Amino acid sequence: MELSNADKAALAGAKGPGAAMAHRIVVEAGQLLGADRLIDIQSAHIDGALYHGDAGVAFAERLVNEGARVAVPATLNIGALDLIHPGRVSLPAHERAMAGRLMAAYQVMGCKPTFTCAPYQAGHRPAFGAQVAWGESNAVAFCNAVLGARTNRYGDFLDIACAIAGRAPEYGLHLTCARAATLLFDASALPERLKASDVFWPVLGALVGARAGEAVPAVAGVGAFAREDRLKAFAAAAAATGAVGHFHIIGHTPEAPTQDAAFQGAAPHETIPLTPADLRESRDRLTTAAGNTVNAVGIGSPHLSPPECRALLAALNGRTLTLPLYANTGRHVVAALEAEGTIAALEAAGVTMVLDTCIVATPILPGATGVLMTNSAKFANYAPANIGHSVLFGSLEECVETAVSGRLHRDPDLWR
Amino acid sequence: MALTGHTLYAGDGAGPLLRLTAPISLWGGVAAKTGIITARGHPQCGKSLARTVAWLPGLIGSSSSASIMLELINNGVAPAAVLLARSDAILVTGCIVAGEMGLRAPPVVLCALGAAPGGNARVLAGPEGATIWLGGD
Repeated sequence: MELSNADKAALAGAKGPGAAMAHRIVVEAGQLLGADRLIDIQSAHIDGALYHGDAGVAFAERLVNEGARVAVPATLNIGALDLIHPGRVSLPAHERAMAGRLMAAYQVMGCKPTFTCAPYQAGHRPAFGAQVAWGESNAVAFCNAVLGARTNRYGDFLDIACAIAGRAPEYGLHLTCARAATLLFDASALPERLKASDVFWPVLGALVGARAGEAVPAVAGVGAFAREDRLKAFAAAAAATGAVGHFHIIGHTPEAPTQDAAFQGAAPHETIPLTPADLRESRDRLTTAAGNTVNAVGIGSPHLSPPECRALLAALNGRTLTLPLYANTGRHVVAALEAEGTIAALEAAGVTMVLDTCIVATPILPGATGVLMTNSAKFANYAPANIGHSVLFGSLEECVETAVSGRLHRDPDLWR
Repeated sequence: MALTGHTLYAGDGAGPLLRLTAPISLWGGVAAKTGIITARGHPQCGKSLARTVAWLPGLIGSSSSASIMLELINNGVAPAAVLLARSDAILVTGCIVAGEMGLRAPPVVLCALGAAPGGNARVLAGPEGATIWLGGD
């Protein structure tokens, strides 16, 4: 690998042993990826503050103790604790202490305590074409596809290493050629009423992710219905069921004004026409629970935006909850909505606000097993293994009606 | 029989061959304390990766999988070696960090397994390339 003089100095310890370790990790990862050199990055989103075990804490604290600090603006993904509501998370004492130490260590390194999986809605929006190093699979896909900034799917550790080095290996989605779509999903035959519903988008994303794997997919025929929060749900779903790091919504996302632009002039390797039956099948795969029993409702993966919080309040329509409903979001959203009273109104209706973390990443739900209803394909994908809950997938309205009445509510017209 | 592969992370390791028949996300798919596969609907759900030579057709999902790899190594329940059908930086980053932390990380090798026999496998991965011996007792 070709290294700059600044790279060589950092590796030799000019910025301290912690920065040297970070630079070594970036170089070693770059070598295995086949990168010829490192490039400067403008920002980072760090997915390392979620506690998975003591070795990750030891790594972060070693960086801190050896003086490593981020060289570019960096936001933090969720942690395992709700620091705003300390009683919310029921981790055992050792894990709680270690989770807090981990969240603190990344702040000492200079990362902003955003603790959100939707940093792009917390003021961190790199410009079109900017080179960045982001972790968190949904944020990576959103950053590439919707913002047109350029990041690979940075895993834990490599994201913070890049942020400290201010450098990233030049390969993959940092390069124009790797950003071309290869797979075309043609949704033009689907009913417009379906495309105009919010619940369509995570289901479409789950379908596309499962079929695309690591490929860059493009979707035709839905651009007119794309909205930021729908794309957020699509990206999270596609990045959970597959390894999708970038995608194009033809006629909407910035690298895809036309199909030709999305495919950089090439023909699709494969065109997959979508039928309503395909969508229903994808929807049904997101439900793992049999029967009609629901123990809790969870929304906000990725974290709710202010409009999504307002939509929740509107769907509640002055009623109070029978079942627990967990609304996961970031402290930035609470700050933005404080003045208008939306959060207070949600809490008065019985909604449990979860900040800085989420119900699928850390123990919050009462009970080690149960049935969780959600409108998030990402929650649906991870809840069974992570928190032992089986899942009923539904729209926001179905989730809210269920939480209000205490009985599973289905809208028979939704998918007709 | 012996196969060759491309070294992604150098080292050596041996154990029973565990062939996964579907891609997996380590986060939300493998228990960090035990190495047991917990991903619902995964064909190898319930089997343990611990001390096996694990062949993975692909890694999907969360970028937290690097953390799970590090914790598997720290907890002594990582695979003895990992064989990958497709290159994956997230898993190998867990090995790189483990190495920086003074832990012994398993070799990770890019290779095509074909119709390899079961039984034990041994992996020797150096900077110039890797060799995988299969079908041992």
